[in-house]
Amino acid sequence: MAKAFDFPGGIHPPARKTRSTRHPIATAALPKRVVLPLGQHIGQPAEPCVAVGDRVATGTLIARAQGLISADVHASISGEIIAIESRRVPHPGGLSETCIVIEGDGIRDDWERLPALDWRHTDDATLHARLTASGVVGLGGAGFPTQVKARVRERHAIDTLVINAAECEPYISADDMTLREHAADVLEGARLMAHLSGAERIIIGIEDDKPDAAAALKAAIKAGNRDSLEITLKAFPARYPSGGEKQLIKRLLNREVPSRGLPADVGVLCHNPGTLRAALQAVRDGRPMVSRIVTLTGEALARPGNVEARLGTPMTELLDAAGLDEASLARLVMGGPMMGMELAHLDLPLVKSSNCLIAASTIELPAPPVEQPCIRCGACEEACPASLLPQQLYWFAKSQEHDKAELFNLFDCIECGACSFVCPSHIPLVDYYRAAKSDIRARAFEAQKAEHAKHRFEFRQARLAREAAEKDARRQARTQASRRPKAESAKAASKEPPTTSQTSSAASSPSANDADLKSLRIAHAAAKAAVRKAEKVLTRVSQSGGGQGQAQNADEIQDLEVQLATARENLAAIEARMAAAKEAAAEATSDSSMDTDRERAE
Amino acid sequence: MIEWINDHGMLAAIFALAGLSVAFGALLGYAGERFRVEGDPLVERIDALLPQTQCGQCGYPGCKPYAEAISGGDAINKCPPGGDATIAALADLLGREASPLDGEAQDAPRVAYIREDECIGCTKCIQACPVDAILGAAKHMHTVIADECTGCDLCLDPCPVDCIDMIARDDAIDAWQPPLPAGPGHRPAAQLIVSDRAHTPREATHG
Ligand code: SF4
Ligand code: SF4
Ligand code: SF4
Ligand code: SF4
Repeated sequence: MAKAFDFPGGIHPPARKTRSTRHPIATAALPKRVVLPLGQHIGQPAEPCVAVGDRVATGTLIARAQGLISADVHASISGEIIAIESRRVPHPGGLSETCIVIEGDGIRDDWERLPALDWRHTDDATLHARLTASGVVGLGGAGFPTQVKARVRERHAIDTLVINAAECEPYISADDMTLREHAADVLEGARLMAHLSGAERIIIGIEDDKPDAAAALKAAIKAGNRDSLEITLKAFPARYPSGGEKQLIKRLLNREVPSRGLPADVGVLCHNPGTLRAALQAVRDGRPMVSRIVTLTGEALARPGNVEARLGTPMTELLDAAGLDEASLARLVMGGPMMGMELAHLDLPLVKSSNCLIAASTIELPAPPVEQPCIRCGACEEACPASLLPQQLYWFAKSQEHDKAELFNLFDCIECGACSFVCPSHIPLVDYYRAAKSDIRARAFEAQKAEHAKHRFEFRQARLAREAAEKDARRQARTQASRRPKAESAKAASKEPPTTSQTSSAASSPSANDADLKSLRIAHAAAKAAVRKAEKVLTRVSQSGGGQGQAQNADEIQDLEVQLATARENLAAIEARMAAAKEAAAEATSDSSMDTDRERAE
Repeated sequence: MIEWINDHGMLAAIFALAGLSVAFGALLGYAGERFRVEGDPLVERIDALLPQTQCGQCGYPGCKPYAEAISGGDAINKCPPGGDATIAALADLLGREASPLDGEAQDAPRVAYIREDECIGCTKCIQACPVDAILGAAKHMHTVIADECTGCDLCLDPCPVDCIDMIARDDAIDAWQPPLPAGPGHRPAAQLIVSDRAHTPREATHG
């Protein structure tokens, strides 16, 4: 098989997948009650659109996506909303989040489906809308909203869609089982997403320890090859982390995703098999995302396996059904043992990103040994699939030298844990990197917020200055208006033709006004230039918008709009002052001539 | 000309150098005028380190004025919202000694919250807010845009019915940060399969 390319580093942790692949995917019993968190995806949490007491059917929209990166949430059983409140969710810090709780009807399961669509005969806009309305997110663990990924074409030219079936992390077998049983659906979903993204070919990357899944895929490719799309299957020897997007792309296509870049930057889009199936179901069957396939494994379970379970099902129910032996349960892990998170409680809901639950015994995942000082052996460097210098990053993260850590490409670390795995000193390297990354992000966020507050403050100052200038101008106009009739009558009384000759004392005031006017004119030009510049920056940024940086982009645009408004206020203030000064200058000229008139008359 | 130069080599050299310095001096002077940087760059850099809460607790009507005062020699420890981190950054920038904060340190970030049914719509808080974070019209209830509020407290005092509270910024789940491990000599809090190697996994050979 094609194996011309490779990524550096990598490790071979024990796979431990066989326990959960002995039986076909089972369907979990319908839960009596589900807890659906509003933020099961990356991005902004959804906003509830139902109230306590409402009746819902399976598939009813209960929370709407907010902002650019977000996903809808649907009822996963039919029943009644009994609470919208803060509940504990799967989170590494054990935090709570707003959840919608539905009390089920028991065995009844009424569905509310969207109309079925034939994607080959439906326009793109409808398909995008359907993906948005179905709440489909990446099922590989990260939970990135699929409809946002589907729109990537607006910013990048995509030529290849990669089905990421590597599933390199130990224990997890959800993708493997999905492919064994639903290979045709996965391929059809891939065709759909390739159609939306404009990709011309589909490449499936799979590790060679999944022969059954590979065989099912081959059969499905043969059976379904009625369109022009080229579909290739590439199997390669198992090595962790070949399922990392960047590593997979390197292995399959020999393309390097740039530092801090995305696969789309090199024309590739990666999707997890489960996500593709969910996307197809959303379009073909009008079935919103209400369930997922999850691997239940670990030695504390008597009947490990994969089950298709409704979202929001309490993990206890799933684990009990799989024969959980609480006495031997040492740790519960969600996700894989390398990149997943340890859960402190059993009563958490299953969410869209829960691909695997490991109920591990002490023997399986013993307590970590005590951390020792780094001996600078360099083992971590050899294992790193991203060609980083983990040892250097460790020193910088530990001493919080964030700028240096960034210089050494901390943000290219995929947090795979290969370095921690090989470290003879048992240093939890990834934990250091996670802490450093999140600290850097938090600081950047605060800095951005401060900058924004500064701009809003400046805007307010400018607005107040403009208001003051306008008020001044109005007052001046009023006083002049009240003086003018008197001057007019005086002029009429003198009945002498006005002369242009002026006394020296009167001449000094217009010339001071001239200087004022001149500096105002310069300020006016500068303010105008500032407005133009702000407009230009704003148009540039808003045109380059879109893609996966959308949320950040929106903040930036908002901030730039404030800056533009500030520049406009400044301009308006100067214009008001200029108008007032001009008026005053004109008045001074006529006044002085009038004074002269009066002097002569007397 | 050439002859004169040959005869008075020393003088010629002096004239040439003097001429050059006049020419370059003029050029530099022109460039300095032409490409003048708006504002005082040091003030800008100091301002960039201040938290931009615009609360006035430093005794100045905003962060920028305080930045100007610092560059004019005022103490660097007067900003409570910035706290020790800001003092350290300022000390670093200005090469001054970091001194303890003059005032009470502030805890977690907060935002203002208006109890809307008690609000009488007097617009006093709008006038007080330095960043226009309050929305509302006369005689109508007012509300705070939490995203824009810097938590400066300035709207609290002007409110005649005391209907404004300061509450914790509601971003607990986003603001959560994984802790930095304790370092050598401690047991890591969360290490997963990494600790496998000490044992012989029962299933290590297949799968
Ligand atoms: S593997 Fe561990 S001990 Fe060796 S250099 Fe890396 S961090 Fe240090
Ligand atoms: S966790 Fe980061 S530094 Fe460590 S091996 Fe993986 S990519 Fe490299
Ligand atoms: S105390 Fe700090 S945050 Fe408040 S205005 Fe002064 S510099 Fe700004
Ligand atoms: S709403 Fe109140 S606390 Fe918030 S920035 Fe405005 S004045 Fe300060």
